[in-house]
Amino acid sequence: MTQHNTQQAQRQAAMAVLAHAEAGEIAARLRAIPLPGHQDLREPENGLVMLRGRVGGDGAPFNLGEATVSRAAVRLASGEVGFGYTLGRDGEKARLIALCDALVQSRDFGGLVERDVIAPLREQLMIRRKQAAEETAATKVDFYTMVRGEG
Amino acid sequence: MYVAVKGGERAIENAHRLLANARRGDQSVAEVSLDQISEQLGLAVDRVMSEGSLYDRELAALAIKQARGDLIEAIFLVRAFRATLPRFGASEPVDTGAMRVKRRVSSTFKDIPGGQILGPTFDYTHRLLDPSLSQGFVPEAPAVAAASTAPTPRVTDILGRDGLIETSPQAEDGASVGDLTREPLNFPADRYLRLQNLARGDEGFLLAMGYSTQRGYGRNHPFAGEIRFGEVEVEFATEDVGFAVPLGSIELTECQMVNQFKGSATEAPCFTRGYGLAFGQSERKTMSMALVDRALRARELGEEVGAPAQDEEFVLSHSDNVQATGFVEHLKLPHYVDFQSELGLLRKLRKEFAEASAESNTPDTMKEAAE
Repeated sequence: MTQHNTQQAQRQAAMAVLAHAEAGEIAARLRAIPLPGHQDLREPENGLVMLRGRVGGDGAPFNLGEATVSRAAVRLASGEVGFGYTLGRDGEKARLIALCDALVQSRDFGGLVERDVIAPLREQLMIRRKQAAEETAATKVDFYTMVRGEG
Repeated sequence: MYVAVKGGERAIENAHRLLANARRGDQSVAEVSLDQISEQLGLAVDRVMSEGSLYDRELAALAIKQARGDLIEAIFLVRAFRATLPRFGASEPVDTGAMRVKRRVSSTFKDIPGGQILGPTFDYTHRLLDPSLSQGFVPEAPAVAAASTAPTPRVTDILGRDGLIETSPQAEDGASVGDLTREPLNFPADRYLRLQNLARGDEGFLLAMGYSTQRGYGRNHPFAGEIRFGEVEVEFATEDVGFAVPLGSIELTECQMVNQFKGSATEAPCFTRGYGLAFGQSERKTMSMALVDRALRARELGEEVGAPAQDEEFVLSHSDNVQATGFVEHLKLPHYVDFQSELGLLRKLRKEFAEASAESNTPDTMKEAAE
């Protein structure tokens, strides 16, 4: 069970990075790996997911509005099945995420895909986020409450 | 009753060809790209996503281009598109407390944990037209400062710790989340359905309704407890995968209004809340939404109900600009048969009136009138 949970956490962490990358970036990184045989288990398909918020930010859920989502599934010749889901309508990106998810679960390729695909993309994402956070931080203000007359 | 007409195919086809040319404008002027709309008219894109109720920047940009910048027409196009796709399911509720904040201000506390962050805002600009933007403008690179890793809790969470503000209503176990795109809205409507309606409601309508509460039509003394804008992660729990799958992030604006409440025999006085949430950077929209959300809680909070913004059926039935424009604009379609029958009726009534007038001028009726 623990091993199952660890693998699930790894897959989620990989997906959280891949969903933020462009299809072209993922494809370019995957070229560094000698890919095993694989096939589409589910062709890329576009659809909608209803996005939910919470009343007051922390209360009961409500339906905010939908988002476009693309999804796909890929099976490695060795049997691992990977799923790809991403916001937007880029079916190729969903397929690449599914392929990566299958590779993450593979004993032979799990380490490689983490090292050559996920880790560099994660680093890029962190750099972009850090840059944005620093630009935001420069707009932090201190408001002073003015007291009328001389105190 | 609307009776359909036939014919006019050639004229309609030619009108649409003319529209395509009018949309393109002077062809010696460069065509706008979807990227240009998405990047440089970003707030229009945000509005079309919010009221079109579909988060997809590229589609919203396409809709704006196709609609020649008519945002309500663009919203209509986006709504029509969403009806063509299957729905995979619903996301986990987003956690706005974990937002990667790009802007966050509070008008109630100046020293909030995580700080006040102005972000990209029109606030404090002088609203003078800037001629330097008319051509070839290159902005100075953004300033940077060390980013804090301190959390930025919602201001309402801070007030909540002391019990000074009401807690948010929680869902009952196993309760389903009603969806007004699937079932028609009935009155009285639960708050989560009202929020869904307001989230896709017309910004101008909500602005006017919110403004009316400030001017005294359902006054409830609001403070902008917090407005935050930034990125939140979206997760989708799906059976095929077996766990919550990260889908990427979306931009949201959230507004927490803090309002007065005098308490009751059984409840100590505390602040109450109005809530606004919308796609993108939609500050005016979420502030208006939060004012109207609070106004619509009048009955629940035992307040006198009389102002338009407190009238749930009135507000929720007129907030949707696609429905509204459909009904208003259908008036310009051919109503020839309708109008002929009205015309026939009117002629008959006028004839009767004329006959009655002629009779009333006879001596008999003049005598009656004199009595």
